[in-house]
Amino acid sequence: MKRLLAMLTARRGRGQLHWTDWASYLHLFLGLLVMFGPVLWLVLSSFKSEAGLIEFPPRLLPYEQARASVDGYPQPLPLFRITAGDFKGRELAEVRRIGLQAQMVDPASPGDILRVPTQDRERVMRLRFALENYADLAGKFSFGTYLWNSVFITAMATLITLLINSMAAFALSKYRFSGRDAIFVTILATLMIPPTIILVPNFFIASTLGLVNSPWGVIWPGVATPTGVFLLRQYMLTIPDELIDAARMDNASEWRIYWRIVLPLSAPALAVLAIFSVMWRWNEFLWPMIVLNKSETFTLQLALNSFQGELTTSWNYLLAMTVLTLLPVTAIFALLQRYITQGIASAGVK
Amino acid sequence: MSDTVAARSGTLARLGASLIGLVFNLAERPMALAQRVLGPRRLPWVFLTPNLVVFGIFTFLPIAIDVYYSLTGGAQLLPADRPFVGAQNFRELFECESYLDPTSCRRDLFWFGIYNTAEFVVLQVGLMVVFSLMTALVLNRKILGRGFFRAVFFYPVLLSPVVVALIWKWILQRQGLLNAALDGAGLSTVNWLLDAHWAFGWTVFVSIWAHMGFYTLILLAGLQAIPRDVYEAAEMDSAGPWRVFRRITLPLLGPNLAVVVVLALIRAVQIFDEVYVLTGGGPGSATTFMVQYIFQTAFTQQVRQYGLAAAASLLLAGVLFGLTLLQLRAMRSKDR
Repeated sequence: MKRLLAMLTARRGRGQLHWTDWASYLHLFLGLLVMFGPVLWLVLSSFKSEAGLIEFPPRLLPYEQARASVDGYPQPLPLFRITAGDFKGRELAEVRRIGLQAQMVDPASPGDILRVPTQDRERVMRLRFALENYADLAGKFSFGTYLWNSVFITAMATLITLLINSMAAFALSKYRFSGRDAIFVTILATLMIPPTIILVPNFFIASTLGLVNSPWGVIWPGVATPTGVFLLRQYMLTIPDELIDAARMDNASEWRIYWRIVLPLSAPALAVLAIFSVMWRWNEFLWPMIVLNKSETFTLQLALNSFQGELTTSWNYLLAMTVLTLLPVTAIFALLQRYITQGIASAGVK
Repeated sequence: MSDTVAARSGTLARLGASLIGLVFNLAERPMALAQRVLGPRRLPWVFLTPNLVVFGIFTFLPIAIDVYYSLTGGAQLLPADRPFVGAQNFRELFECESYLDPTSCRRDLFWFGIYNTAEFVVLQVGLMVVFSLMTALVLNRKILGRGFFRAVFFYPVLLSPVVVALIWKWILQRQGLLNAALDGAGLSTVNWLLDAHWAFGWTVFVSIWAHMGFYTLILLAGLQAIPRDVYEAAEMDSAGPWRVFRRITLPLLGPNLAVVVVLALIRAVQIFDEVYVLTGGGPGSATTFMVQYIFQTAFTQQVRQYGLAAAASLLLAGVLFGLTLLQLRAMRSKDR
């Protein structure tokens, strides 16, 4: 334990690498393997055919048994390389298998049936990315519907979140009025009421408002967020009041001041909140599961969950769908990593 | 080709911007009217209204209804149709021959949920804080590719719980990657998610995998705020690394560490999403936690026992309330 901590706290000696540096890099590369390896494995697996997926032990890359079309046979036949006996070294296609004997043909001369013991041959494997896992999704599983539901909920919820929280933050940062601080504290106090403890009453409220099985039932409950109000208010406090006073001199209405002056100047904070909102909404699971019961209203997350729960899970499609679900989040992360990490480090929100 | 795409997305962005502008312009007149009628003193309330209405309907009102549900029985959703039963729901949850043995309780699943959650919280938070701290300390050193490795550790945080669960389900399945590796090394394979102890262990591991990047980031920010000259002074005194960690890093990081621990506790108590997809609470009730008990009691059983679920929710709310007070205290001492 002592040595471990030494490794973690010591800093690099001048010039050469200290052993603690080696230990640090070991930690990082093990971390790389454990943190990123599983995602990579998912992506690689999603390109395997159904047959490739049930192979044990699995291969790293999507290999698949090669097949050849042979004259006189309607289906392409699986190819084998013969390892012993009369036909050693040749690549033959299997017509049928009877016990330990296989009837095979040479694709070049399909007329003659050759008999080969099954232990004298091995499969010819070829690298092939099973893109049909992705292509089939559109037609087979109403994937488009789920995608649209997720996109609609994410986009609408984010727009409304930005609007109403920035309005509240504007009022709380740019006006003096009695009750202001009490309201701010009340809004922050909602941090103590996470959605998990009001599932039952919220379901009642959603059903009273006719929001069950509607995307709006997912959107509304989460649009007012204490995190959003807090983030935006803190940022708006840094906007100088002189700007606002100058606009008032020019007879601008308060609404105009809000959306022509304060909103554009709050763009960085709005961007952070937008990123978080997109992440929250895209990934949301428990509340949508309660409020959306019909499969045509499902989001991608709900669709994934219901497919994986089926008795006969088609893993090839499930994996492809999982990859497509993590793609947007990954893209956002790749492009906006700096904002996300800074937002978290400064506000401590997620 | 890419030019046209860029041009098209540019047009689309302009279109979107002008649409938003239109909406704001449309709001201009009613808002100007409100300003004239209400006067500048009351105008801020207009800006606050949408936010407060949503909070009112979906956060504050539900708390009151939660209390009402917890005091009423029956399977009706409509509060007016529910008979008042007093503290019956709470009594039922606490009806046990021995609190140490969940199987002796009338609502045994509730108690399994409590025990599982308690065990999970202790293991998960403890291990996660240690791993996050180790990783933050390593990332705080002068190392090659620091930004890259920080991104690697953080990336899983953004993945949805369903995706996280499916990634690991695919690795842990009977013929998955892990068993293949064990098989290749000549070891016997395990049906990870169908064995109660292993399944519980994996829920702890997977939730740490998914969330530790978040805490690592907070601790890293804390480490970077420690002034360099403190370490330089320690180096002058030729203090050993262990001593530097104990006497400098740990005390100066203390407030951040407290925030991380409390945040992790709050989230761990509410564990549900990734576990539900990974194990479904099983095998048996080995990985059934509090939130899943509430969810099942209210929404997945034949007879929907909203009252019991609401009572359990309020008990959970009490725990979370206490933890949040701790959080506020930790944050205040951090800011000081």
